Amino acid sequence: MSSMDVSNITRENLKKMFLEKKRFDGRDLLDFRDFEVEYGVSNKAEGSARVRLGKTEVIVGVKLQTGAPYPDSLDKGNLMVSGDLLPLASPRFESGPPGFNSIELPRMVDRAIRESGMIQFDKLVIKEKELVWTIMIDVYPINDDGNLIDAASIGAIAALRDTIMPEIDKDGKIDYKKKSGKKLPLVDEISPISFSFFKVGDSIILDPTREEEEASETRITFGVSNWNGQLMCNSCQKKGEAILTSKDIENIMKVLPEKFEDISKKLKRYIK
Amino acid sequence: MTARPDGRKPHELRKITAKVGVVPNADGSALFTFGDTVAIAAVYGPRQLHPQHMQNPEKGILRCNYDLLSFSVYDRKRPGPSRRSQEISKVTEWALEPAVDLSAFPNQVVDVQIYILQADAGTRTAGINAASMALAHAGIPMRDLVCSVALGKIDKTLIADLDKTEEDFKEGEGATDFAIAKLANQDEFSLLQMDGKIQPNLVNEIIKLGTEVSKEILEAQKNALKKIVNQEETK
Repeated sequence: MSSMDVSNITRENLKKMFLEKKRFDGRDLLDFRDFEVEYGVSNKAEGSARVRLGKTEVIVGVKLQTGAPYPDSLDKGNLMVSGDLLPLASPRFESGPPGFNSIELPRMVDRAIRESGMIQFDKLVIKEKELVWTIMIDVYPINDDGNLIDAASIGAIAALRDTIMPEIDKDGKIDYKKKSGKKLPLVDEISPISFSFFKVGDSIILDPTREEEEASETRITFGVSNWNGQLMCNSCQKKGEAILTSKDIENIMKVLPEKFEDISKKLKRYIK
Repeated sequence: MTARPDGRKPHELRKITAKVGVVPNADGSALFTFGDTVAIAAVYGPRQLHPQHMQNPEKGILRCNYDLLSFSVYDRKRPGPSRRSQEISKVTEWALEPAVDLSAFPNQVVDVQIYILQADAGTRTAGINAASMALAHAGIPMRDLVCSVALGKIDKTLIADLDKTEEDFKEGEGATDFAIAKLANQDEFSLLQMDGKIQPNLVNEIIKLGTEVSKEILEAQKNALKKIVNQEETK
């Protein structure tokens, strides 16, 4: 794969094809590629998962630490999502200080999970006002073929559900070698899913390949979950300098429920 | 309907102050406040862009920097860029970009510096409003002004311009914070950013509400800009 930007000819061709509702790989504009989830990426992690979404591959690990709570949330544990776009995963990624994309990716994963209410933060307290659990989720793309945010979000949910808490002694010290057998305090019914819609010309597509993503002018990502029997949007962020109209947003809102159901069903097969 | 802590009506904005020409050194500058949230913005340029490899020979580029001043929040903010401020800088750039036309300034840059002096929620939106006025004040060719506001929901009630207590609302469906920016006179949204819990059909209502209250912001921006034009003419 070369690291050149997508050519103007390809971009124009893609636009034309999308208008005819066609894609190079035969999918409908709003179809996801098939995905699969595996576990056991690292036995040193408290939980881990690997997601393959088409040729896009992301691994996610969960580590747990203990520490003092934040002063503004003394009765709650913490969540930290970080990660890096490793130069291993694409000729487009370079080493060095994090660029915007490597800042945005973990932040989008963080917000979809945090706002959905999936994690019961109040149950992560070990000793009130003194010691709480911090859940550290790290996200690493292994191969970037587009739509990293959605793939990473699936991986993060799987890794959280996979997590077994380590033993902790009475001084609050963790023994990572001893598993307590306990799972994280997660709400079973809530599993947020991220949907990134990309606008190319006048068409809106889901789950682009790298080439399709490069050809797009703007992206809007929604974190969506089920909460008290209702579908809720939990996070949203638009990327790129192009605009969206109120009609675009209406159209996206129309398809969200159906897409959420579809991907949720597929994801359930893999969730422990 | 959930009552607002400060007694405002659901769609009522906090008191807006808009002032143009607050940084004499800058090519354009402005202050914008939503209640206790105070943002200032200064524009420098178009000017030569260094390093050279960032230059675009086809058109000038817009470069935004947003940050909180250390004393603008209760827990002192460590000076220097954070992941949060870098993200907001970037979304601010995207929010303003569709409004400006820099095709006449190849290889040049227009720098927009935004700082928050006092933070009480809605800082990015106040910053964008200030920056939009500062760009106009600097005489940068523009298609339109940009109006930005945080909309949202406390429990089941849709509200406009959340303050910090509303952002921290916990009961029922909790708080949803939905920041938007739009080109003032077009159905074109350049910033959409949200956290919370909101039903998809209400997202459409948020967009409508945003369009409605943006008119009030535009009025404040226009008045401030007219005022500075008149002042400079009488000098």
